[in-house]
Amino acid sequence: MNLLEVHELTKNFGGLAAVKDLTFQIASGEIVGMIGPNGAGKTTAFNLITGIYPPDRGGVRLEERPLVGLKPHQIAVLGIARTFQTIRLFQNMTVMENVMSGQHCRTHQGVLGALLRTPKQRREEETICEEAERCLRLADLWLVRDELAKNLSYGAQRKLEIARALATKPKLLMLDEPAGGLNEKESAELMDLIKQIRQSGVTILLIEHDMSVVMNVSDRIVVLDNGEKIAEGTPREVQTNQRVIEAYLGREEDDF
Amino acid sequence: MDRYLKAIPPRAWYVAAGLLLVVYPFLTNDYWIDVANFFGIYAMLGLSLNIIVGYAGLFNLGHAAFYAVGAYTTAIINTTFHVPILWLVPLSALTAAGFAYLIARPILHLRGDYLCIVTIGFGEIVRITLVNNPLGLTGGPNGVLGIGRPSLFGLIIKQPLHFYFLIWAFVLLIVLGTKRLEESRIGRAWNYIREDALAAAAMGIDVARMKLLAFVIGAALAGVAGNIYASKMAVISPDSFTFWESVVMFSIVVLGGVGSIPGILVGTFGMFVLPELFRGFSSARMLVFGAAMIAMMIFRPQGLLPSQRWRRAMVDETVGLPAAGLSKTS
Repeated sequence: MNLLEVHELTKNFGGLAAVKDLTFQIASGEIVGMIGPNGAGKTTAFNLITGIYPPDRGGVRLEERPLVGLKPHQIAVLGIARTFQTIRLFQNMTVMENVMSGQHCRTHQGVLGALLRTPKQRREEETICEEAERCLRLADLWLVRDELAKNLSYGAQRKLEIARALATKPKLLMLDEPAGGLNEKESAELMDLIKQIRQSGVTILLIEHDMSVVMNVSDRIVVLDNGEKIAEGTPREVQTNQRVIEAYLGREEDDF
Repeated sequence: MDRYLKAIPPRAWYVAAGLLLVVYPFLTNDYWIDVANFFGIYAMLGLSLNIIVGYAGLFNLGHAAFYAVGAYTTAIINTTFHVPILWLVPLSALTAAGFAYLIARPILHLRGDYLCIVTIGFGEIVRITLVNNPLGLTGGPNGVLGIGRPSLFGLIIKQPLHFYFLIWAFVLLIVLGTKRLEESRIGRAWNYIREDALAAAAMGIDVARMKLLAFVIGAALAGVAGNIYASKMAVISPDSFTFWESVVMFSIVVLGGVGSIPGILVGTFGMFVLPELFRGFSSARMLVFGAAMIAMMIFRPQGLLPSQRWRRAMVDETVGLPAAGLSKTS
């Protein structure tokens, strides 16, 4: 069954078509890569799916449920979590607190519960901490839980963003260039983490420029260029696709 | 000096502060008890504004409006229907909260200084409305006179000493309440929004709703302070709720330490008690205030007693600076 269905999604910024008639599906349990040259509309597609921008046309469905018109937080509640291309952690809060944010939408205690510190509220706080611990251990960040987020190394910050997104217990995890700025060793760790996350039953959509990462982890790849989907298929199919090669390397001119 | 302060266990601080609080009124005269009373009222206002400015990061320079709504609710209902003052505490909180809900809802999408300007406008609108005496309710520039005294278990609270215990009981309750909120998922959500609203939304936090909640709770607490102020003064007029009052409350939060409860108390002391101590030099007060503000922004922008979080953030930043190498020479 398809977890996510994107249908003819279109967004114009002024006269520029950032995303045009984008259609693709993601099946439950897949890892789908999204690639394309800079400015191809990948991040815009992410922002449309997660409700940060309203699309001009087209639809997004998560498990048959239309998402267009919902606010970002409502989409997160329905089960889509994401990371950002430019890291957006809660910089002045601890690693632990960062990850605890993911549990906010899965918990319900309000002002009264907090003021009276009811047993129910305290139990809920415990489950928040337990869930945060689980995500931090998965991302191998448990030992630095009391550090401020901004003091982490770049690679650790990337992992923390993923851990934070995981804490919302998503069905679909959307990663926007998770390997951006990472060294080889960190990239390898990241690939392990992505595969581990998939094994825990989370479907993944990732934008990535690092071809070794995207070809290694993805089951399927969607290629965008100038806002349009130009190819889709297994990593092997995409690598040999003529239009993809043209998009990345340019068309060969005929010699006169 | 910080090192020596840290060596004292926190519990010792609480015990010492508690003892001082109980003993203080018996060591001084009515005048100084009244100073402590106003200290308490402004501490409540600072703590309530801290929820909006400190936790949620929403610049509100019109907090006196909520204080006024609470005070006038108590004053008008008490003088016309003779409802006991303490019964009106929840009602004042509710009307201030309701008023905050109405005005905050349409403006919460504004950011930073834009929000700040709109709140200044609302503060002035409220004050001018009070002066204009709508429906003959507010008594115009003269305000409302003859507000009753609170009574508790048959004791009519009239003397400064009685007010002292009433006011500080409320302050302690509010400290406890805001502390608990700070450590709950609600308080964390406010901090997430202050840090990065978009990331908070992507984590499933209803940003608009949580901002509104901060405004409503902050206003409700200011309404409570208004209730107590009205009964303490027995007369209230629009002069007590000017823009300057909002500035004082804002300064308390910023000077004391954004988001820090002990910081708010220290800030209130600085803004309210120090001027009282130096009453003899009152003509130079504004000059000193301005100079102190500038000095604070240069030397200690995080406030006198910042929250743990900000303290760490600031310390860490200086470590990263090349200037930190200078400490080797000392």
